[in-house]
Amino acid sequence: MTFEEIKEKLKSYSVGIAGAGGLGSNCAVALARAGIGKLVIADFDIVSESNLNRQYFFRDQLGVKKVVALKENINRINPTVQVEIRDIKLNESTIVSVFKDCDILVEAFDLAEMKKMLIETCITELPKTPLVVGLGMAGYGDSNSIKVRKNSNIYICGDEKTEISDQYPPLAPRVGIVANMQANTVLEILLK
Amino acid sequence: MNITLNNRPESFEQSDLTINQLLEIKKFTFKMLVIKVNGELVKKDEYESFQIKDGDDVNVLHLISGG
Repeated sequence: MTFEEIKEKLKSYSVGIAGAGGLGSNCAVALARAGIGKLVIADFDIVSESNLNRQYFFRDQLGVKKVVALKENINRINPTVQVEIRDIKLNESTIVSVFKDCDILVEAFDLAEMKKMLIETCITELPKTPLVVGLGMAGYGDSNSIKVRKNSNIYICGDEKTEISDQYPPLAPRVGIVANMQANTVLEILLK
Repeated sequence: MNITLNNRPESFEQSDLTINQLLEIKKFTFKMLVIKVNGELVKKDEYESFQIKDGDDVNVLHLISGG
């Protein structure tokens, strides 16, 4: 496929992003730069000081809803991307209603119990939608432990072992690697 | 029996195992799990009764916070 063909193909797809934090904001920006047709982004949170060490927001956006700030940033990078935003805390029923028309869904939550809820909901309610999960990206170094594992239509990106703690904080480089690995996996699925 | 566990072949002396027995043998002590057997979700309240059999494709996802 040529670069022109790749760009043309990506325009026809819609990608859901569940969470607009470290994984979601960076993954969404990578997909926007690549020229994805549409992004559906859901998050309930606002931009806070502690987010700026890894999330795709700016100091003058502190206090702004993450979905609003992210849409603004994507529009500044690539205004041709259609960005649909939902300012909600996702649950079993809204995951289905918000993302049912997306070609792929990216799991970009921070808490383990939210990841579990989304993955279980997708297995039972959205079994045909490929799901790209971010799992294990705390701390620094050990880049070679970060990989993609596929099981049917669930793709797990990360080291699957490092959990956030005081010794293993979430930092821009490893969070960014996993977020971009998720975006790269989305492209691989869509362009195959 | 021979099964596929997280994309890798695994052999066990037993002819079948419950999910809890498998987790114990493999020393999976994690709390937050998503388990699929042959693509179907197995919920936590079935871990004691659900039987894994020869040829099954078992996927155990250990969920950790961060993102």
